[in-house]
Amino acid sequence: MSAPATSTLSIRDLHASIGEKPILKGLSLEIPKGEVHAIMGKNGAGKSTLAKIMAGHPDYTVTSGDVLLDGESILGMEPDVRARLGLFLAFQYPMEIPGVTIANFIRAALQARLPQGEELEATEYYAKLYAKMDALSVPRNFTSRSVNEGFSGGEKKRCEILQMAMLEPSYAVLDETDSGLDIDALKIVSAGVNALRGPNIGMLVITHYQRLLDYIVPDKVHVMSDGRIIHSGDKELALKLEAQGYDWVEKEYADAQSAL
Amino acid sequence: MSTETKPDIDIDRSVGDFRYDVDYAFDAGVGLSEATIDYICDVKGDPDWVRAFRKEGYRKFLEKPMPTHWATKDLENIVFENIRYYLSQGQVPKRSWDDVPEDVKRTFERLGIPEQERKFLAGVEAQFDSEAAYSNIKAAVGEQGVIFVGSAEGLKEHPEIFRKWFGKVIPSGDNKFSALNSAVFSGGSFIYVPPGVKVSHPLQAYFRINAQNFGQFERTLIIADEGAELTYMEGCTAPKFETATLHSAVVELVAMKGAKIQYITVQNWSSNVFNLVTKRGIAHENAEVKWIDCNIGSRLTMKYPGVVMKEKGARGEVVSIALAGNGQHQDTGAKMIHAADNTTSNIISKSISLGSGRSTYRGMVHVPKHLKGCKNNTECDALLINTHSRTDTYPAISVRGQGNAVQHEASVSQINSEQIFYMQQRGLSEAAAMSLAVNGFVNDLVQQFPMEYSVELKRLIDLEMEGSVG
Repeated sequence: MSAPATSTLSIRDLHASIGEKPILKGLSLEIPKGEVHAIMGKNGAGKSTLAKIMAGHPDYTVTSGDVLLDGESILGMEPDVRARLGLFLAFQYPMEIPGVTIANFIRAALQARLPQGEELEATEYYAKLYAKMDALSVPRNFTSRSVNEGFSGGEKKRCEILQMAMLEPSYAVLDETDSGLDIDALKIVSAGVNALRGPNIGMLVITHYQRLLDYIVPDKVHVMSDGRIIHSGDKELALKLEAQGYDWVEKEYADAQSAL
Repeated sequence: MSTETKPDIDIDRSVGDFRYDVDYAFDAGVGLSEATIDYICDVKGDPDWVRAFRKEGYRKFLEKPMPTHWATKDLENIVFENIRYYLSQGQVPKRSWDDVPEDVKRTFERLGIPEQERKFLAGVEAQFDSEAAYSNIKAAVGEQGVIFVGSAEGLKEHPEIFRKWFGKVIPSGDNKFSALNSAVFSGGSFIYVPPGVKVSHPLQAYFRINAQNFGQFERTLIIADEGAELTYMEGCTAPKFETATLHSAVVELVAMKGAKIQYITVQNWSSNVFNLVTKRGIAHENAEVKWIDCNIGSRLTMKYPGVVMKEKGARGEVVSIALAGNGQHQDTGAKMIHAADNTTSNIISKSISLGSGRSTYRGMVHVPKHLKGCKNNTECDALLINTHSRTDTYPAISVRGQGNAVQHEASVSQINSEQIFYMQQRGLSEAAAMSLAVNGFVNDLVQQFPMEYSVELKRLIDLEMEGSVG
């Protein structure tokens, strides 16, 4: 059963390149609201690139195909317009913004979502921010630190999840959120993500370790290789990939292709 | 002439870019000669010593070459013969806004000056072209013996204090533009704070150029007697004219033993003003002079606030923010002259260059051989926003002798496209993202400004950034 087009994030036969080099070669994926999908694959499969292209990174050119957010094509939109429509990307390497505190940054992001002339209500904002921080075990002094400046790997990822919790996106792409995390940090971050799961959000978790999927249990698992999805399955697929590697999937795909 | 105020007519994005027509009773005409100086002296009723001082300044101005051997060639575009050196409606500043002529008053009202005065200032002087239209301090401050008047009134009514220091911190021949100012100065403030008096709220001056082809040459002298403290703030705007305008001020500060002077500038001249200003303070024993200098406007600014630490334990500080947008050149910096043992100076400069904007830092720190226990810290950070923007740093640090410490740190950074992408991914437009990054860059310095000014500063930066993206 597929969800109606109005409540899915839909990637259709997407081709994209950087300069002359093709990166995505006909990738299709449907992520309905309420589901968590995982993309796994080897390094260099194009996983992180997919995340950036969806978010509208200017380095990449989409050559064909489409990305629809709740039925609306977002290709050609500025990254900030896509974000305000409800797309969130938790970065693998979040950027530092010296001198801008987390509290001010998130506030500016929320303010950007309000109609012209409307001001964010400060008291409500802080009440919500502190509640979300408590839920993510983020210490209060976090708010007065500059965004990602001097943060440990775990702090950066928690900061990403905090932003996600505050911005309440309808679709979130989590790019290698487990990278650089020790097991305790991984548990905290995963708990934060799980707390945000629900019928109003669709998530795409990009990882190349099955480990993360022990904590964030996906509804579906997709294998990406050379710019395409070559295999999809349920959460058991992740375990099989962990045990047997990717070669068998790639071989199956190659055999199927040559049989065509 | 229309007297109604229509807020939407003839306004650019900049709050100061508007102009009402005004009738001038006194006009020295175009160009500069001995006759111009005599005209100014006669109108102002200058005493003989001032007339002599002006004439000497004029002579030095003619003698000195344009400093284009080290400074920008753009200076050659100033046409001294085309400038009007004195324009006023009358020479006596009013004590009440009710007495200020309507056409001048509405300019200051639109700039929000009377409102700021009511809210948080201890006193205000508002200069319109050559003369102050308004000057007043709150009664409580006046009762403590604080003098806050225009320079003309200062030299006439308080010659015993005025003459002692006038032209002593910055001699008329210090540079070509201090000489020019000495020849034709008009307006500016004279402030004296008696021993031990701490003025808790800032005194403020607002400088407004309203006439085209006009040169504004105010002269400010501030003396804080032993143990006295004050904060002085100045703001400035001008409408955008077709032709270049010249602003060339001289500001002298004297901090007696244990006194503290903090001088804050938010310079927002329109983008065709040449802003060539000489500012220096003398700090006596354990005294402190601090310049907080923010340059956002003008076509070319050349300004290097200085502190002469004349007696032991004196401290000098310059905190400087410069924003050079398209077509602008902010050539700013600091001069720290250590002239006694155990003196301390601190320079923190942050500049932002946008588009074709150029920012230059020039710093001079001088510690002679015979001194000991002197310290200087210099930090200058430059932020470049587009690839064709430019920044230069010329630090000149001369430290001799033993037991003196200097520290110099400089950095150049760029807002990179990944940072902008990251912020855009959170929903901020490109302009808002740039603005946030720039505000972040200067955030630690902006916090040193009084609240009311830091809000204004943030707003000005946002406006600049909005205009720069597109």
